[in-house]
Amino acid sequence: MSGDPWIWIGAVLTLMIFSFLYKDNPFYKFGEHLFVGVANGYYIVYYWHNALKPNLFEPLSAGQFLYVVPLLLGLLYFTRFIPRISWLVRIPIGFTIGWGAGLSIPAYFQADVLRQLEGTVVTPATFSNTLHGIYAVIILIGVACTLIYFYFSREHKGVLGSASKLGIMFIMIGFGASFGYTVMARVSLLIGRIQFLLGPWLGLID
Amino acid sequence: MRVLTLLMFLAHCLPVPLSPCLIVSLSPRLPVSPSPGAPAVVSAFDRPNDAGSVIQLRWSLSPDDASIDGYAVLRRARDDTAYTKIGSTMRGVTVFEDEGVQDGVPYEYIVASLRDGAMFHSEPSAPAMSYPQFFHKGRINVLLCIVAFTLLLAYFVVKARTGKDLFIRKIAGLAAVEEAVGRATEMGKPILYVPGLGDIDWTATIASMNILGEVARKIARYDSALIVPNRWSVTYTVSKEVVKEAFVAEGSPDKFKEEYVRYVTEAQFGFAAAINGIMTREKPATNFFIGRFWAESLIMAETGAQTGAFQIAGTDSVLQLPFFVSACDYTLMGEELYAASAYLSREPVLLGSLKAQDYGKLAVLLVLFGISLTSFFGVNLLPVLRVQ
Repeated sequence: MSGDPWIWIGAVLTLMIFSFLYKDNPFYKFGEHLFVGVANGYYIVYYWHNALKPNLFEPLSAGQFLYVVPLLLGLLYFTRFIPRISWLVRIPIGFTIGWGAGLSIPAYFQADVLRQLEGTVVTPATFSNTLHGIYAVIILIGVACTLIYFYFSREHKGVLGSASKLGIMFIMIGFGASFGYTVMARVSLLIGRIQFLLGPWLGLID
Repeated sequence: MRVLTLLMFLAHCLPVPLSPCLIVSLSPRLPVSPSPGAPAVVSAFDRPNDAGSVIQLRWSLSPDDASIDGYAVLRRARDDTAYTKIGSTMRGVTVFEDEGVQDGVPYEYIVASLRDGAMFHSEPSAPAMSYPQFFHKGRINVLLCIVAFTLLLAYFVVKARTGKDLFIRKIAGLAAVEEAVGRATEMGKPILYVPGLGDIDWTATIASMNILGEVARKIARYDSALIVPNRWSVTYTVSKEVVKEAFVAEGSPDKFKEEYVRYVTEAQFGFAAAINGIMTREKPATNFFIGRFWAESLIMAETGAQTGAFQIAGTDSVLQLPFFVSACDYTLMGEELYAASAYLSREPVLLGSLKAQDYGKLAVLLVLFGISLTSFFGVNLLPVLRVQ
């Protein structure tokens, strides 16, 4: 069994969180509150050293006064504590949302539309290997039917209804594969934790 | 000077190649080694479609490429007296990108074949300099897509604003929102609305805020309690504004309570642990998980299912959707999340956007089948889709 107090703290906290599998209890509650509190403290220090200090205060103190603009935008968030001018908080919020949308729209067209389309198109070259050709046609049909499932401007009846049903089948097959894959990854996380308990803590395994 | 000339003469006459230190010290006018193995033509040019500071090099392979160790790249700025080695590549490679240059400064390059630590160098390239480009010519197709989509969007928004009825088919998960809020009211329990773990710049979070507004309006109408935990400070601020506005719009600003919207923590699993605690202790009758989610999705949805809550989820995180589908009563999948806010609010801008997306999907289908079919008739339109 380990003599390192940090290993003991890690192991006891792990067991506290695992105790939730039985039911909510004071040990889990303690672990949860500690986690949230420590994380908040950590992120305050993290943002000071990795964002505010190097990206705002140091450039400002070096005389780069253009940084006053982000400083003011950031300060506007605090206006929500002053009811009379709390509406000013909408300025940085609008700026952030606009920036986010503006940045993601071209990236979306590039990565999620054009590149996906390029990968889905079936050409004679696709059939250079017959099996690959068949897979490509299945993918093409799957993409088309899935798109039809997400078409909201018509009721899904008749041909549209059949295509949409086929689309949801493709989606569910994809979800099934994804579910199995992700569960395997999660089980490996659990194995990692159990290895920590049995190895560094209890010393039962190497 | 005599010593220098003698050294250069020896370098040409001796059967051994110039050592790297000689190349550097004999610059600026480097002698061209006649020794076999030197790459022939070196061209240097500004890398196109970038923000500057990069010069691309191309050269033809050494005739003895198979027997050399690789290539060394040397550079000098116009004012430098000597060439400096800036990088190397393996044999068989004919390109190199110099990412450490200053825009507007001309540079010359030589490429040397490396064999047993010795260098057989090429003629210097013509001077090249980097500069930024305002327009990325390799992404014209992306621009055209954005312009076409914006036009569609403008058309449908105007159409919706003129009062035209734009049809949207029924979405099962959304029809259940009314039932979910009503259930919580009848049971006298709160409603938990988790707006995802993405910050406000995630499209799914923005869509979630629209849905939160509509859910909060129903809550204000039914006089139920609400819990909106947040992972990010900005989403916390936005959520609070959205919920407050919804209560004001329903004529019940006094019913809004500050504790409805809470900040929890930025730590992903700390947040998940806190949500589990809220679900088991405050026992909400209905849980909404709408927005962007990662690995914590199943932890939260499974706990919610165990507490017997009615659960509606919505996300565009493809990897998390299977977990929500298995643990929630209704799930809004991907695009349905974006359709949801339009469906619930009937807001012209959102309706127009949804219609534009629908027509966008039709266009995608046409392009997909069009390019596939024409390729079988010998017309290759695939390059139209390529993005650099």
